[in-house]
Amino acid sequence: MNEISQYQQKLLQAIQKVSKSITLMEVCGTHTMAIAKSGIRELLPENITLLSGPGCPVCVTSQGDIDAIIEMVQIKDIILVTFGDMIRVPGTNSSLQEERSKGADIRIAYSPLDALRIARKNPHKEVVFLGIGFETTAPAIAITVEQASAEQLRNFSVFSLHKVVPPALEHIFSDQEIRVDGLICPGHVSMIIGTGPYDILTEKYKKPCVVTGFETIDILEGIYMLIKQISQGEAKTETQYRRLVKREGNLIARQAIDQVFELVDAKWRGLGLIEQSGLALHHAYAEMDARLKFNIAEKAEIPIKGCVCGEVLTGKIIPTACKLFGKACTPLNPVGPCMVSQEGSCAAYYRYTPWKGSNK
Amino acid sequence: MCLGVPAKVIEIRENSTALVDVNGNQTEINIRLTPEVQLDQYVLVHAGFAMEIIDESIARETMQYLEEIMQYE
Amino acid sequence: MKQERILMAHGSGGLMSQRLIEEIFKSAWDNEIMAPMLDGAVFEIPAGRLAMSTDSFVITPLFFPGGDIGKLSVCGTVNDLVACGAHPMYLSTAFIIEEGFPLADLRRIAGSMAATAKETGIKLITGDTKVVEKGSADGIFINTTGIGVIKEGIDLRPSRIVPGDLIIVTGYIGDHGLSILAQREGLRFSTPAVSDCAPLYQLTALTDKYQQAIKCMRDPTRGGLATVLNEIAQQAGAGINITEAAVPVSEVVKGASDMLGMDPLYMANEGKMVLFVSAEASHDIMADLKKIPLTSHASIIGEVTSTATGMVLIETELGARRILGMLEGEHVPRIC
Repeated sequence: MNEISQYQQKLLQAIQKVSKSITLMEVCGTHTMAIAKSGIRELLPENITLLSGPGCPVCVTSQGDIDAIIEMVQIKDIILVTFGDMIRVPGTNSSLQEERSKGADIRIAYSPLDALRIARKNPHKEVVFLGIGFETTAPAIAITVEQASAEQLRNFSVFSLHKVVPPALEHIFSDQEIRVDGLICPGHVSMIIGTGPYDILTEKYKKPCVVTGFETIDILEGIYMLIKQISQGEAKTETQYRRLVKREGNLIARQAIDQVFELVDAKWRGLGLIEQSGLALHHAYAEMDARLKFNIAEKAEIPIKGCVCGEVLTGKIIPTACKLFGKACTPLNPVGPCMVSQEGSCAAYYRYTPWKGSNK
Repeated sequence: MCLGVPAKVIEIRENSTALVDVNGNQTEINIRLTPEVQLDQYVLVHAGFAMEIIDESIARETMQYLEEIMQYE
Repeated sequence: MKQERILMAHGSGGLMSQRLIEEIFKSAWDNEIMAPMLDGAVFEIPAGRLAMSTDSFVITPLFFPGGDIGKLSVCGTVNDLVACGAHPMYLSTAFIIEEGFPLADLRRIAGSMAATAKETGIKLITGDTKVVEKGSADGIFINTTGIGVIKEGIDLRPSRIVPGDLIIVTGYIGDHGLSILAQREGLRFSTPAVSDCAPLYQLTALTDKYQQAIKCMRDPTRGGLATVLNEIAQQAGAGINITEAAVPVSEVVKGASDMLGMDPLYMANEGKMVLFVSAEASHDIMADLKKIPLTSHASIIGEVTSTATGMVLIETELGARRILGMLEGEHVPRIC
């Protein structure tokens, strides 16, 4: 056993010693994945509960927004460029995957800059980038938009579904039904926004926040730090992920977001409308706003029957408590978004189910 | 969503781009968000952009709670 | 110089078809069975049980580091025969070629099929070529069907697997999948990973030698190691436990997987085999595998159990056990 494994085991043992009943929430889908994949949840004692919060951008995208995108890709000569996970998300009647099979031009990209390349190559087509993600991803889109503007690339636009994390956290803390003793804060979002936003939460709601990295060792340290604060009756913002997260975040990235986007009210699946929690293109970039360019109206929310993704996203129930889980709703035939995205709580539970010893 | 990978900057190129290496795999990324990045530094790459420079002095300082845990054993 | 290309006339069955076959295929594959150019191949087979396997190959790009669609189409079928415990003997092939396909590429593909077949000792004895209109195919599609002979006493199948058997994978996984991915348009990254595409015919010496001890073999192609293990767990009605740390994954593949949000356990391989062997013989089998260059990095990755039947469990680095499921849908790169 090497030094790191030994340290990990020590952290685990220290965490396992805690007798108090503690509920922690991780609000980043990448944490959900990492926790599931490494098996941390299984090794925690029963008195420590890890809930998965609304930290998967695909999952919190409202049904109406997905329907709007599906309407847009049916317009002739549109090329939709998107990150991989969006492709399978079911709308009310269809998904992007299905639209692609019917002939819509939908391409998976790794970077928004790839969409610019596609736009340059296809001057007679309209290239739309599906902007999804939190503050980690938004600066990349912002730079891309600025670049397109500088190049006067008139066939490029962005359909922005971007959201910001702090208002959603405030929403969770202010909900009396949700009992969370501490937050495992998203490392990469914090790398951009810094740790300031958590100070407001720790002061107002007296719950500790620890900004945590994504390696197994990081997550164990983060949990250890939270438990230590809770045991000592403290509630402050701490950073475990110090190698990357500065107090003020990345100022250039924050500036890029501020210049290109403006805060708007946004609908979150499961959480409803949250004020000033979405990022729409700033009016200075209105000609690159795909919603305006293609005149896509807001769509009504048609709830999916039986799907409780909303309650899963707020940590009110765990995925396995949903009646559809593993039966009508599986990663192959997802009903709700939490099962579609690899980062979704339901998919993570389904794929990386801890082995409890009985047969099925 | 916020998948990110540490990558080493092995060449700084024109137009705010750099070539980075992850265990021998190489890709060109945009460094507009980390303009002060230098050769051989590690950056966190997300969606084709360097999002932040990794502070290696802290990266090496792992196991910050080892002593503390040992004390209570 | 003007590049020669496949025309619709090459598939007409007339003079141009004849010339294409003579110049490209026959010259590359010439052997006594193909030589008479009959409507089918006429050949003799030794007594015993036969294995037959067919596979169609569609891949973009057609040429990739470590191989091409031609080599792949021979290796794929050869490895399927080997997995049945058979000595690969004869191969048929059928091409569907898109109008406008460069003749030089076709020549190269036919040549690499011939070279791989020669290395393996399998004979290409009959074939077919069809040309379809531009846009009706993506360059070239190849089907191969192979026949092999199984020596007496060899009986590889999942139902022979029993609890206590050990599971061996013959080397590093994920390299083929990664090298193909890196070639795809859109993902602009370069990787030193090279496809592991190789004919594993030398494993027949082991299946002959360890008739009782080797219970079952399968090549982890599409869907990767995780998918193959799940298939076998279901077919054998047994449980499978593997240890994450024992699965050979190169640092290159690990790094790229982190970068792209993918999992090597689900990435395709084209020159690997998974073996289920009795524990007593595992030491000797491993020693023999290590002597063959293509399987020299073989590793015992886990064992068969009587609990959790039909499922694959993986022990993580941290010591937790979780279910390792099958691949669902497309394994696409993601950032979210």
